[in-house]
Amino acid sequence: MPVVRVSVTLKPSLLDSAGRTVADALHRQSFTEVQDVRIGKLIELQVTEVDEARIRQMCADLLANPVIEDFSYEVVQ
Amino acid sequence: MKVAIVRFPGSNCDADALHALRRDVGVDADYVWQTETSLAGFDAVWVPGGFSYGDYLRCGAMAARAPIMSAVRDFAGRGGLVIGVCNGFQVLCESGLLPGALVRNVKQRFICQDVQLEPATRRGPWMAGVDRTITLPIAHGEGRFVCAPETLKELQDNDQIAFRYASENVNGSTEAIAGVMNAAGNVLGLMPHPERATRDLVGGTDGLLLLQALKMVRTG
Repeated sequence: MPVVRVSVTLKPSLLDSAGRTVADALHRQSFTEVQDVRIGKLIELQVTEVDEARIRQMCADLLANPVIEDFSYEVVQ
Repeated sequence: MKVAIVRFPGSNCDADALHALRRDVGVDADYVWQTETSLAGFDAVWVPGGFSYGDYLRCGAMAARAPIMSAVRDFAGRGGLVIGVCNGFQVLCESGLLPGALVRNVKQRFICQDVQLEPATRRGPWMAGVDRTITLPIAHGEGRFVCAPETLKELQDNDQIAFRYASENVNGSTEAIAGVMNAAGNVLGLMPHPERATRDLVGGTDGLLLLQALKMVRTG
């Protein structure tokens, strides 16, 4: 059965306070090359068929909040 | 006058609201479970705080899609008074009844303390009686109000900002916004808890200044 992998990320204009905290922790562990950390969500959907219009609708209606988040997806067979 | 307190799995300020309304504000109230589809017999709606659906996906996201919310949307559309407190505010934003969204506090901490709130307007039934800065408790980890710049301009132009954090912008909200209304002014969402400030025993009565709006509602 096809799997759709949806990733949801905070809009770039929004401060990701959790990401910033993780970046600070990485720096403390001497990973100083890290400039920024953004934390998102990965949502895997197992579907009977792939209808991209419906996937985009699911993302826009529920999986992501367009006020604060962007989404993208890939179909993994 | 009867207030519907909408309950979801994970609501936890529902009993506080019921007691504050019945015993301190002096209006009747009853619970309505989220799977109900009608608000018949009710004159106002309270969406309480808590962690509806365990904050799954996003705070308020699941609750906003519960069956009762269609009835809340219709009720609000007819001009009925609706208030969302804390998680209830998040639910109203997620349901599209209020603009913007609430995200993680800037300092990453759950904040539980009293805050000073400055009313930003006296417009509408909710804000008419709030004639001074009030003190209410907050208790949230995700209360930072954010919205697109064009939405913020609309909020300002339409006089939809209800409250601002007065002394310190504790959670990093855009423009220190603590509460907003819809354009008509009948739907209010705020992070602070007016139901936790309705008698001296619990530290103050400033919540009554806001909740007295419910006594002005014409019933029937």
